[in-house]
Amino acid sequence: MSAPPRTATEAVEAIRAGQLSARELWLACQAAATDDELNAFTWVADADDGPNEEAAALPFAGIPLAVKDLFCTEGIPSQAGSRILRDYRPPYTATVVRQLLDAGASLLAKTNQDEFAMGSSNENSAYGAVLNPHDRGRVPGGSSGGSAAAVAAGIVPWALGTDTGGSIRQPAALCGIVGLKPTYGACSRYGMIAFASSLDQAGPLTRSVADAALLFSKMVGRDPCDSTSLAFPEAIELPRSERLDGLRFGVPDELTGEGVETGVRAAFEASVALVEQLGASVERCQLPHAPHALAAYYLIAPAECSSNLARFDGVRYGLRVDSQDGSLEEMYSRTRAEGFGAEVKRRVMLGTYALSSGYYDAYYGRAQRVRTKIAEDFRAAFERFDFILTPTSPTAAFELGARTSDPLAMYLSDFCTVPMSLAGIPAISIPNGASGGLPVGLQVVGPAFSEPRLLDAAHALELAHADRVKTIALPSPLRFEGNENGAAGARE
Amino acid sequence: MNLQPTIGLEIHVQLDTRTKMFCACELSFGEPPNTRTCPVCLGLPGALPVLNAQSIHFGLMIGHALGCELAPQSIFHRKNYFYPDLPKGFQISQYDAPLCRGGSLGDVRIDRVHLEEDAAKLNHVGVSGRIHGAGSSIVDFNRGGTPLVEVVTEPDLHDAEEARVWLALLAATMRQLGVSDVRMAEGSLRCDANVSLAPAGSGELGVKTELKNMNSFSFVKRGIEAEIARQRALLESGAEVVQQTLHFDPRSGNLTSLRSKEEAHDYRYFPEPDLVPIAIDEEMVQRAREAVGELPATRIARYEHLGLSAEHAHQFAFRPALGSFFEAVLSAADGASPRELATWTAHVAAALGERDPDASALEPAALAALVALVGAGRVAAGPARTVVLARLLSQGGDPARIVEQEGVGALDDDAGLADAVAAAIAEHPDAAERLRAGNAKAIGPIVGHVMRATKGRADGGEVTRLVHERLGL
Repeated sequence: MSAPPRTATEAVEAIRAGQLSARELWLACQAAATDDELNAFTWVADADDGPNEEAAALPFAGIPLAVKDLFCTEGIPSQAGSRILRDYRPPYTATVVRQLLDAGASLLAKTNQDEFAMGSSNENSAYGAVLNPHDRGRVPGGSSGGSAAAVAAGIVPWALGTDTGGSIRQPAALCGIVGLKPTYGACSRYGMIAFASSLDQAGPLTRSVADAALLFSKMVGRDPCDSTSLAFPEAIELPRSERLDGLRFGVPDELTGEGVETGVRAAFEASVALVEQLGASVERCQLPHAPHALAAYYLIAPAECSSNLARFDGVRYGLRVDSQDGSLEEMYSRTRAEGFGAEVKRRVMLGTYALSSGYYDAYYGRAQRVRTKIAEDFRAAFERFDFILTPTSPTAAFELGARTSDPLAMYLSDFCTVPMSLAGIPAISIPNGASGGLPVGLQVVGPAFSEPRLLDAAHALELAHADRVKTIALPSPLRFEGNENGAAGARE
Repeated sequence: MNLQPTIGLEIHVQLDTRTKMFCACELSFGEPPNTRTCPVCLGLPGALPVLNAQSIHFGLMIGHALGCELAPQSIFHRKNYFYPDLPKGFQISQYDAPLCRGGSLGDVRIDRVHLEEDAAKLNHVGVSGRIHGAGSSIVDFNRGGTPLVEVVTEPDLHDAEEARVWLALLAATMRQLGVSDVRMAEGSLRCDANVSLAPAGSGELGVKTELKNMNSFSFVKRGIEAEIARQRALLESGAEVVQQTLHFDPRSGNLTSLRSKEEAHDYRYFPEPDLVPIAIDEEMVQRAREAVGELPATRIARYEHLGLSAEHAHQFAFRPALGSFFEAVLSAADGASPRELATWTAHVAAALGERDPDASALEPAALAALVALVGAGRVAAGPARTVVLARLLSQGGDPARIVEQEGVGALDDDAGLADAVAAAIAEHPDAAERLRAGNAKAIGPIVGHVMRATKGRADGGEVTRLVHERLGL
C-alpha cells in the first residue's frame, strides 16, 4: 500500500481493486484507535473482531465505522457520554447502525460525545473532553466531537453522529470535515438514546461529500420501529456535479452578520464569490425569525430532554445510588444527582420548568409557535432559492475551558445551525478553508428531502475548494505494517 | 341540612388487543413475570413507541357505542411522573385532543374517552402491601404497555347504588363490544370516583375528593357510600371537606389519604414527539361502526318496550346468551306474551345458574311449547316448572309427551276434580262457613287441600270455580 486511502470511497475502491484488504485496513484503524491520544473513543473493538471475507463483498467492503456512543449497539457499551449509563450494554442495535453493518461496515469503535448530546465542545462528557486534532489545546466541537475528531485525524474512514441543534455540523466545521444533518424523519431514530425527540437526527461525518452521500444512502428509509421516519422519496446517488449553473443561493442577513468572527466571515465571503464563479446566483435574503431560534430551541430541547431522561431512575439499568433513609425518592434523587453532569441537570431543570403547569403556554407553547414561524421563513425563502448559505459556526475551534463557565456563550456556538434543526430541513457543513490556522465550515441548507441536490451542490463546492481545504488536511496515522513485511498478502 | 351527593366516574378498561399499545409484545395472562417484554415496554434507552392500530379501532367502537363525537385528529401526550411501575418516567396518554368526546350511556353523560398505556405491576414485599413500608418491591413489566381506554363521565350520578348499576352497564357494554373481557378481579376494569356533597337544589357542587383504583362493583358502591358518609359528617359538624385523593380499603372499610391538593402531581403534559398525530378517516369510522352490534342499553329499552319487567330486561341485556335465548323463545312462540316468556326464561336462568341455556338440552321451541301448554291449562305452572322444565333441561324432548309420561297433566272438570273439591270442603267446614259469610280469603285452605290431593295438577281457577259452585255462591 503506497498511501492510505484518503476517503471511505477510495478505501472501498481500493479493496474492490485488490490493492488493499478489508482486514489490513481494519487492523491499521484498530491500532490507530487504540493509540488515540485525542480521547475520541469510549470503546474500541478487538483487533480480532474485524471484517470477514463476506463483508468485503458488501457495498461497504467491510471498512471500519465509528459510531457515536449514544447509538445502542447490542452487547457493546452504549453510555451516551454519561456516568448514569456507565458500561450499559443494550440488548439491541439501533436501526441505522444495523443498516450500515448490513451494508458491510465493520463496527470499530464507539465515539466520545457530550453527555446525552448536550453540548457544543465535547467537554460535557463523563469520559473526559475530546481534543481537536488540529490543535490539542482546543475543543473539537460537539456534541459529536469524538466522531468528528476521529474522522479528521484519519483514525477511521467515517463515523456516525447525531445532530439536534448542530451536533454534527458544528464539530465537522471545527475539525475540518464534512457533516450532514439529514431531513428530520429521513433516518430512523430507533436505538438512538434520545436527547430531544423532535430534533434528533443521525447523520454522517466524513472526509468527503461523496463519502457522506455513500454512508447516508444506506441510512435512509422508513423504519417500522420509528413512527416519525419516512421513506426517502428517491435513491441517493454519489454526487458528481462540478458546477452550480442556474442555481440560486440565498444568504440570510440574520445568520451572517453580527457575532460571526472576522476570519470566519472572510472565509464565508470567499466561498460566496466561489459560488458565483461556479455559475450560481447569490442574493441576500431574510429569515426574520431566525434570531429567535436559539431561545426557542433552549425551551423545546430541554423540555423534551427533561422527559426523555426521566427513565434514568436507577430502577432497571445503569447507575443506582441507594438511599440512606430507605426511601424511593431519595434513591431517585441521589442516583440522578450523581449520574448526571452539570449541563444535563441544567437542561432537565430548564425543561421541567418550561413544561410546568402555569408556564407551559408562556414557554413551551410560545417556543413551538416560534418554531412554526422559523419553518415558514425557510419555506418562503425556498420559493426564491434552491439553497441557503451560512457559516456553520460563528467561530473556529475555541480553547478548552474557554466557555465552560458561560453556558450562554457556549449556546451561541449553535447560532447558525439551530434554525435548520427547528425547521427539520437538511444542512451540510463542508470545509471552507481556515481562520487563524483552524478549520472553518460552510453550511449549505436545502428544503426537506433535498439531500441529493444538496450533496451535489456541496460536491461542486468541495471540488472548487480543494486547494483551500488541503491546507488543513492532517497526515494519516494509519500504518500498514503487515504490508511492509509481506505478511498480509491479500493483494499480492 | 339536606345534602345531595354528586358523583363522577373515571373508568380504566384494559383492551383485548393481541399486542400491547406501543410494541409487538403479546398481552400477558399470568405468564411468568417479565417474559412479555421488549426494549419498548421496558423503556430501554433509544426505544420508540409505535401505535397499535387495533387499539384505535376499539377506541372508535367504544366511541360509537357511547354516542361520542369522534375526533378527526387525535394526539398522544406524555404524562410525566416518577414511579417504579412506569419505566419511561412518563405514561403515554391523551390530554387535550382525546379520541372521543361527549356522548352518554343511559342517563349519564360522557365527558371523554381516551387511550393510554397501562403501568407495570408492583408487588410490594412486606406487611402493608403498599410501597410505603415495604421492604422491597418487585416490578413485573408483563402488564406494562397494555392498552387502556379511559372513560370519564360528567358528574351525573347521585348515589352509590346508582353508580354501581351504571358501572355494571358500562362493563356489560364493553364486554358485548368484544373490546374487553372486563374481569374486574384481575384488574381489567378499574374505577376512580369523584365525590362531592352540596345542599340539595343549590345548583352548586361541593369540594370533591377522588377515590382511586377500586376494582369491583361492590367496592365502588361501598367506597362511595363510605366517602359520602365521611363528607356528610364533616359538613354537618360545620367542618370543611379538603380536596384530596383517597384510597378505600375494602377489607377494613377505611378511607386513607393518598395526597392532598398541594401534593398533587404536576404531570407536565406535552405532545408525545415520538408519535405522529392519528388521523381518523371515514373508512376507520365506518369499520368501527359496523363492528358495533346491539348494545345493552338499546336492548334494555327494547325489552322494556316489549313489556318485560326492568329486572328481566337488565338480566337479559347484560347476559347476551340469555338475551339471545329469550329472543329465540319469543320467535318460536305463538301468541304467548313476551312478559310470560321472559318469566319462563328467567326460570331457566335460575335453574342453570352460571351455565348458559345453550349448554343445556333445552330447545327454545320446547320452552315456547311448554309455556303454551301452561297457557292452555293443559299443565299447571308448578309441575310445568318442577317436573317438565327440569326434564327438558337435562334431556330435552317434547313437553306435551313429558307431561303425559310424567302424569302431570291438568285435571279438568271431571268427576275426580269435583270429588276432590267435595272432600276438601268436608275437611274444612269452618273455612267453608266463613267463605259463605263473605270472607273470600277463607278459600285458601280448601284450594290448598285440592292441590295437595291432585299433586298440583289441578288448575287453580277451575278449583275456585268448583268450590263456589258447590257452596252455591
